[in-house]
Amino acid sequence: MFDRDLQLNKKRPGDVIIMMKYITVMAVLYLMLQVKPAESQEITRIDREGITMITSRTADTTYVVNFWATWCSPCVKEIGYFEDLHRETSSAPVRVYLVSLDFPNQVERRVIPFLKEKEITAPVFLVTDLQYNEWIDRVDPGWSGAIPATLIYNGEKRIFLEKEISREELFEKVNQIRN
Amino acid sequence: MKSVVITAAVLLAGWIVAYSGVNPGDRAPDFSLRNVDGSTVSLSDYENEKGVIVVFTCNPCPFAKAYEQRIIQLHQKYADKGFPVVAINPNDAGVSPEDAFDKMKERSTDRNYPFPYLKDESQEVYQSYGATRTPHIYLLKNDGGTFRIAYVGAIDDNAMDASGVSQKYLEDALASVMAGDSPDPATTKAVGCTIKAKS
Repeated sequence: MFDRDLQLNKKRPGDVIIMMKYITVMAVLYLMLQVKPAESQEITRIDREGITMITSRTADTTYVVNFWATWCSPCVKEIGYFEDLHRETSSAPVRVYLVSLDFPNQVERRVIPFLKEKEITAPVFLVTDLQYNEWIDRVDPGWSGAIPATLIYNGEKRIFLEKEISREELFEKVNQIRN
Repeated sequence: MKSVVITAAVLLAGWIVAYSGVNPGDRAPDFSLRNVDGSTVSLSDYENEKGVIVVFTCNPCPFAKAYEQRIIQLHQKYADKGFPVVAINPNDAGVSPEDAFDKMKERSTDRNYPFPYLKDESQEVYQSYGATRTPHIYLLKNDGGTFRIAYVGAIDDNAMDASGVSQKYLEDALASVMAGDSPDPATTKAVGCTIKAKS
């Protein structure tokens, strides 16, 4: 309808108002779309090779790898600490990886809404390799497979924790590896 | 020198804590726990069986739920062959209210558990076995009147989908035990829910 009015190119005072309304509507839509991308937290799917890769990087960086799942209440409780660590160390040689052990068929229904709700911006991985026995020892031979579990490493320096962690302990262990 | 001794003592203490629990070949710790039907069930009640499949499991854990039917089927398949299932819930009800004794009764009735579902109220039993997660399996073999650990770990290699299993660790271990051999692997690992200890 706007197009037809414009094509006719009649100089009615109403045209300008319609144009203004059109521009306003488009601007609002554009702004809404700009805000929206926050929902699409990217989830990288990994198998046992991917797990090996993110738990054995060689750069002079401190990697913090947290194994969690939406169904694991202690994991849910502590995930905010990892997100804080990620935000507070954004300009430091520290990388926080959140590795979800939710079943792959739960991503849309549980993992994505959870990440949105918790406003997670740290990189998230999802393990698609369900043959746990084939890769648990690669993360740490002392790991029984229970979560939460956290690996903090820089080269040869490694700390592995199979337990719930407090904010203080997390930051302290990270500093221990960094120094 | 003093610090070396202290460090060694700390390391040793850590080692003892980390390695509490039993490994294949060890004698199985006895237990005597309250069953959902009100009776008390002990390991010694099974002295006439060839072995026992001890399953540390619980009500709310998604892995325990995913394996529930498979555990029922294992009992149905192996109880007559001399290897019944005994399920033990090790979670503290204060930390995990869904694992309260009444909730255990409800679940076992709803799902028609054909095996005992015991509450490890004091949490001493799971610690004596060294269980860390649910579900966590201990296959016990009756070795001339003494129960010994034959296999520790997972049921199979696909928690999410029973039809996608490629390795049936526990059934393979049962076949080995029934044939008089030692299971290989004798231990496997799996992701599971942490056992909820009293806080």
